[in-house]
Amino acid sequence: MLFVSQLINGLQLGSIYALVALGYSMVYGIIKLLNFAHGDIIMVGGYIALFTLTFGQHPLIAAALTVAGCTVLAIVIEKLAYTPLRFAPRLSLLITAIGVSILLQNLAQYFFSATGRSFPGHLLLPQGGIALGSVQVAYTSIITILTSLISMVILTILVRRTRLGKAMRAVSEDQDAARLMGINVNSVITFTFAVGAALAGIGALMYSVRYPLMFPTMGAMLGLKAFVAAVFGGIGSIPGAMLGGYAIGMLEVLVTAVGLSGWVDGVVFMVLICVLMVRPTGIMGRSIMEKV
Amino acid sequence: MLSVTNMNVYYGNIYAIKDISFDVAEGEVVTLIGANGAGKSTILKTISGLLRSKTGSIMFSGEDISHTASHSIVTRGLAHVPEGRRIFLQMSVRENLEIGNYTQPGSTMNERIEQVYERFPRLKERRKQFAGTLSGGEQQMLAIGRALMSRPKLLMLDEPSMGLAPLLVEQIFGIIRELNSSGVTILLVEQNAHMALSVAKRGYVLETGRLVTSASAAELLQDDSVRKAYLGG
Ligand SMILES: Nc1ncnc2c1ncn2[C@@H]1O[C@H](COP(=O)(O)OP(=O)(O)O)[C@@H](O)[C@H]1O
Ligand SMILES: [Mg+2]
Repeated sequence: MLFVSQLINGLQLGSIYALVALGYSMVYGIIKLLNFAHGDIIMVGGYIALFTLTFGQHPLIAAALTVAGCTVLAIVIEKLAYTPLRFAPRLSLLITAIGVSILLQNLAQYFFSATGRSFPGHLLLPQGGIALGSVQVAYTSIITILTSLISMVILTILVRRTRLGKAMRAVSEDQDAARLMGINVNSVITFTFAVGAALAGIGALMYSVRYPLMFPTMGAMLGLKAFVAAVFGGIGSIPGAMLGGYAIGMLEVLVTAVGLSGWVDGVVFMVLICVLMVRPTGIMGRSIMEKV
Repeated sequence: MLSVTNMNVYYGNIYAIKDISFDVAEGEVVTLIGANGAGKSTILKTISGLLRSKTGSIMFSGEDISHTASHSIVTRGLAHVPEGRRIFLQMSVRENLEIGNYTQPGSTMNERIEQVYERFPRLKERRKQFAGTLSGGEQQMLAIGRALMSRPKLLMLDEPSMGLAPLLVEQIFGIIRELNSSGVTILLVEQNAHMALSVAKRGYVLETGRLVTSASAAELLQDDSVRKAYLGG
């Protein structure tokens, strides 16, 4: 019984990590940037949801505004901060991402103050749950797990089957070759940021319901965990990010369940280090094939 | 069809292409020959917009494309098969062809993929495989097939014979002839001057970023200095 409820608990947390890890992994896959501002986009999403719900918006409208807000923010950041560095060394790009992260946190502190605010999760998702045998499963868990599964199915179809998805894969493999195919590389990169941020927006909603305390640096640890999930699964790999997200979520719940809740973060990072020692490219990461 | 005037290209402080002008008329096969490092690939990359010339113009079908983005140049009917093939190794053979179709309507894509398969039956056999599993010759066929998907009026090929066994080289050059007789104009870059001059009508000789000779293929084959430098004596 306890096992089933912990399993669902882990899946719920893992779903959130997976959604956030996807954005990390896709952006890394396409321009080899560890976008450290990704977690802070989730923070902004959390505040958008908080304010729209508090001002009495319908939950679906609040959710749509959150996802749209995250997407627009990511596009603006990409255009203003990253596009000018398209041909700059990768280190400049990384430092810029860290700068954007700090800027977002400080702006949030300035506008929303550093004091925590509680998130009205009950205004977004229904309370209560259903009984699964003798286990009570919260609606929020079910909705979180299903929403992230559906998002990931849509993403997989987008990347595998559509023209734009194929262009994304082409750009991530070889930008110049993609240009020679008539692909507008800059637009494809912007689109990738937008998709990653939309997933982050969904993640922001689910995360805020689960950890209903909003503060300007709330995205930092979440971003770092999602980064660990992405690296664990093999950064750049979409199935890897999903797998990594679920693995980290389950692991955290497991560590907490055995009574070591104070050790959660430490264990997560230890596991990352161990995985990387055995498989430097992560679980699903492949080493780039050599040209014949 | 293509007219390059006063092309000057730099890599930082390295002066790679030194005031080059040349042209290619509709229906021709023209070759640029030169040793490794002479600047052949740089010229093709500049024409297709991956690099920029400091001066001059690149006229293609009556328009100056020297400031046009690469992806729009493809749309105008200029395709570039880059050195080293640069196919997408982690995509299937068919997906590579689909990406080649990026600038073209989806409605006629299957028909044109079938045409590529007709020209290169090996690709049809291997359509579901990852392109990374293909042999060198098959990869070159895929690179050419992928470029043909964009329905080029002018096809630029950068060392298509590189690293291939003699039999495959013959086959690739056979395909170049066929493409030309089906109406595609060709700009061919080669170190394999023998083969290049056997298909080309005219040629230019490039030495350390400068054009040193321009003549018909027949004349170049007879030219003493060309024979010494590029044809093994
Ligand atoms: N990315 C680059 N950075 C700096 N120099 C380069 C680069 N690519 C080519 N070069 C230099 O430009 C010159 C021409 O190179 P390239 O066009 O590749 O010659 P080719 O194709 O005839 O072998 C060479 O001297 C080469 O070293
Ligand atoms: Mg070259």
